[in-house]
Amino acid sequence: MPTIIIDNIPYQVKAGSNLLEACLGVGIDLPYFCWHPALGSVGACRQCAVKVFKDEQDNSGRLVMSCMEAIKDGIRISVQDKGAKAFREQVIEWLMTNHPHDCPVCDEGGSCHLQDMTVMTGHDYRRFKYKKRTYVNQYLGPLVHHEMNRCIQCYRCVRYYRDYAGGHDLNVFGAHNHVYFGREKDGILESPFSGNLAEVCPTGVFTDKTLKQHYTRKWDLTSAPSVCQQCSVGCNILAGERYGQLRNVLNRYHSEVNGYFICDRGRFGYEHVNNVNRIRQPIIRNLTVEAVDETTLLTHLQQVINNRNLIGIGSPRASVESNYSLMHLVGKENYYSGISEDATFIERKIVDILENGGIHTPSLKEIENADAVIVLGEDIWNTAPVMALSVRQSVMKTAAREAMTQISTPAWNDAAVRERVQEDRGYFANLAITESPVDEWSTHTYHSVPDNIARLAFAIASKLRPELPLPEGMPEADLQLAERVAGALENAKHVVVISGSGPGSETLVRAAYNIARAVQEKGKTAGLAFVLPESNSMGAAMMKAPSFDKALQRIRKENNTTVIILENDLYRYNSTTDVDQFLDTCKSIIAIDSLNTLTTGKAHVLVPAATFAESDGTSINYEGRAQHYYQVFMPANPCIKESWKWLWKMKSLMAGSANGQEHHPDEILKQIESSYPQFTGISASAAPADFRIYGQLLPREPHRYSGRTAMLANIGVSEPKPLDDGDSPFTFTMEGYQGLPPAPLIPFYWRPGWNSVQALNKYQQEIGGPLRGGDPGIRLFDRNDKVASWWFNDTPEAFAGRTGKWLLLPQYHVFGSAEMSRWSAALDFLTPQPCISISQQDAAQLGVSEGHMLTIETDKERFSLPVAVRSDLVQGVVLAPAGFQSIPSLAWGTWIKIMA
Amino acid sequence: MLSNLRTMWLVFVHLFKKKATVQYPEEKNTLRPRWRGRIVLTKDPDGGERCVGCYLCAAACPVDCIALQATEDKDGRRYPEFFRINFSRCIFCGYCEEACPTYAIQLIPDFEMAEYNRQNLVFEKEDLLIDSQGKYPGYNFYKVAGMDAGVKKKGEGENEEPPVDIYSLLP
Repeated sequence: MPTIIIDNIPYQVKAGSNLLEACLGVGIDLPYFCWHPALGSVGACRQCAVKVFKDEQDNSGRLVMSCMEAIKDGIRISVQDKGAKAFREQVIEWLMTNHPHDCPVCDEGGSCHLQDMTVMTGHDYRRFKYKKRTYVNQYLGPLVHHEMNRCIQCYRCVRYYRDYAGGHDLNVFGAHNHVYFGREKDGILESPFSGNLAEVCPTGVFTDKTLKQHYTRKWDLTSAPSVCQQCSVGCNILAGERYGQLRNVLNRYHSEVNGYFICDRGRFGYEHVNNVNRIRQPIIRNLTVEAVDETTLLTHLQQVINNRNLIGIGSPRASVESNYSLMHLVGKENYYSGISEDATFIERKIVDILENGGIHTPSLKEIENADAVIVLGEDIWNTAPVMALSVRQSVMKTAAREAMTQISTPAWNDAAVRERVQEDRGYFANLAITESPVDEWSTHTYHSVPDNIARLAFAIASKLRPELPLPEGMPEADLQLAERVAGALENAKHVVVISGSGPGSETLVRAAYNIARAVQEKGKTAGLAFVLPESNSMGAAMMKAPSFDKALQRIRKENNTTVIILENDLYRYNSTTDVDQFLDTCKSIIAIDSLNTLTTGKAHVLVPAATFAESDGTSINYEGRAQHYYQVFMPANPCIKESWKWLWKMKSLMAGSANGQEHHPDEILKQIESSYPQFTGISASAAPADFRIYGQLLPREPHRYSGRTAMLANIGVSEPKPLDDGDSPFTFTMEGYQGLPPAPLIPFYWRPGWNSVQALNKYQQEIGGPLRGGDPGIRLFDRNDKVASWWFNDTPEAFAGRTGKWLLLPQYHVFGSAEMSRWSAALDFLTPQPCISISQQDAAQLGVSEGHMLTIETDKERFSLPVAVRSDLVQGVVLAPAGFQSIPSLAWGTWIKIMA
Repeated sequence: MLSNLRTMWLVFVHLFKKKATVQYPEEKNTLRPRWRGRIVLTKDPDGGERCVGCYLCAAACPVDCIALQATEDKDGRRYPEFFRINFSRCIFCGYCEEACPTYAIQLIPDFEMAEYNRQNLVFEKEDLLIDSQGKYPGYNFYKVAGMDAGVKKKGEGENEEPPVDIYSLLP
């Protein structure tokens, strides 16, 4: 490690970084704007100036921009030098000549990097007596608010939006002191990662528009570390509450998972928590007054649960604790997963491969560092957006690494590296059903049906390892493509194969395994990742419960059955006829859920469940990482409880059962470990309920939290006792341990002098590295390092169209396919109209054109939607919207009829 | 002995001095304009609410007795949806007035707020808002702020250039 001397004090710093990173890394406050840990340095803002001295005798030194100066062993610099300080103050002063007098009405105020840096440099009075520059704002859609006057021209927004996230529609216009950051004309930002602009922008040009509707300053939010519930990636988030409403979601840094950025579905999909459609009171149907209190509910449940056959239906979106508690209540043999047999089969295969396949499941960070990525069938842009962002980083970083072998420029010197890279990209093959924005970064693309993709994948595996079978009758073009892809994988050192359950094809899962394994056998680092549909699909699949179809078969033979449905809208995962039949057969249906769904509409007893923001729980992401999320706030109505709390209450109602003792999440996790060996280690993901630092709890509220004695004064002038959940090491007050919390227990980012999210650098071991004390979460599959003996040898038949029938495949959309996100008004606005997509040839054959109504008829469902004609589809294939509201659950990969 | 006599003499002399005691409430004391009493919310010269819901008063309050919620009208002008001061907690320190960037919240020379019921000391916005500019006449925050919130258009505020023509490359 090189030693550098800052203001005559020697520090050991990380080699290969720049002076700014080094200074921040050792805890020195040095102001900056254009530098961002994920975007690198460009030296545009001139804010981070320091003095560098030639040697000990040099007293004058020279001013350099610390972000553009590489670390050299023994280099002497000064941050406190008078000249450097004056320079930095002047830079801020120039920036402030045009910055508007807006802070009171600016959403960034109180978490503003510009405010922090201004205070840090000491500038406090505007001496410039001339007028301020103004700009006209733009409408950028329902997610991001634009207020261009506040801009300080640091270029972070376009560098993030265009260079990092690959967007096109945000750009910089104009010249000299009139530059403008926006779109070519008003319109909705196209990138599904646009919300990060609010965090990237060091001032208030881009702010969160959904927060604006119920605006709260950062210091007034009650926050807790949480985990995004919108897809299987499991990004870490900070969720903030005020006055009983969830107000915003921010990125919570995790060096292995989401890094600095999350997608818009995660950032803006939180409003279901505040939705009017929430179930807020227990309901017993067919009573004179259906809404009841807890005592009445429990008395009623006692009759319904006892002396009946009891079965439980789990959920891929409920926490591990809730699923386990249900299993514990009804018994292992009466517990079902709640998803269809087909989906259960695929997910079981995925879990089997991850547990026993002997191939590492890469984290997003590892995907970013791979030098070849191949995606098989999964539409990652729409089902796991942040993973798509990681794949983009992989192709960009690989190209940058390649460039750096030819020039001696460090990786952080962003502009120089980009100049050298130009249009070069790392290797990425996207083999998918339809076109997707990720195709733009890919070296090879291939669009076909899952079986053909699987055949191509088997052919690639066979080229890599000739012992593996080559599918018969491959077209010459496909064989050549397989040759080229295999060649590229052979040249790579670190290959990542991504597939998933999205296309509904188990063959693809097997093909993906063959490629990853073949790569690994060649002595390369191989990673194999499978995208799953819901936030805790992996946790639910690891429980290996039988499918919903098995529950249906069983209930046909039984009568007098009570079913408990846990946070699951059965209609989303199973055919309407099956669910109707199932629900009609049950003697009584108890639904525990947070929102009203089709399923809860048929339940006899409705139990209000807490959402992620109101509960403690653990979910397991696609890589098998168990991540614990903490309760952000306590709902005003005590009837809204975590599902697992309700289930333990029900357990205590059962004859001859426990004494109704409360269980903390960490205790439940310990029980899970003892009943299911595959979950060994999961209890370490949650902090024990009695965890304290110097005997103190950790506050969920910043020390400047306001309104304590007035918030509830309209109800009663005497302040109530502070709330206490007892399940976590957090308190619902501002009192408690004020030091740096342990990495898994960071409720908000704040350090003295750093009010904005950029305070993060104080929480990291090194800039861009893990959090102090190690990143949170426990990877459950890492315990196995055995190598499987099996390969998959059965290749599928080539796709051939059938007359009068079409192959049904899913079309996902980043906004619309996720169950909860549609309850956010902004995301609902962005959800496209559902449509049925067919190829041009099929449209001609059926005599329909864009916008005509088409009817889909499967053996169980029948519905009509407008048609969209696409050029990237194979003849004989029809795409239907997946996961959309009011579209029934469909069996992907089946043959169906369509009628004009 | 001498001391006692001196004391009696002094008391006697004071009989002819001007009285400091005021016969309150029949007789009122004069309160200076900057006297820190009851808190009000004022209006700008155009009759609009001055409070922009920035939460600085609430943050400055050492007893946390101010709670509010900001909201916006159709022009994007911020105002408090509700604004509550719990006067049973207030210590009349005036920090809120000092923190207020828009001269909205002001302490006025009125202290006669006694109530039999403590709950009546919780003042809502309708109790606080007065139809006056208070101590600072002539100030309208939105005329000096950069943003357009229905008060003035971009570039029409005090000390503002007209909006930049982003299609121009002229210096």
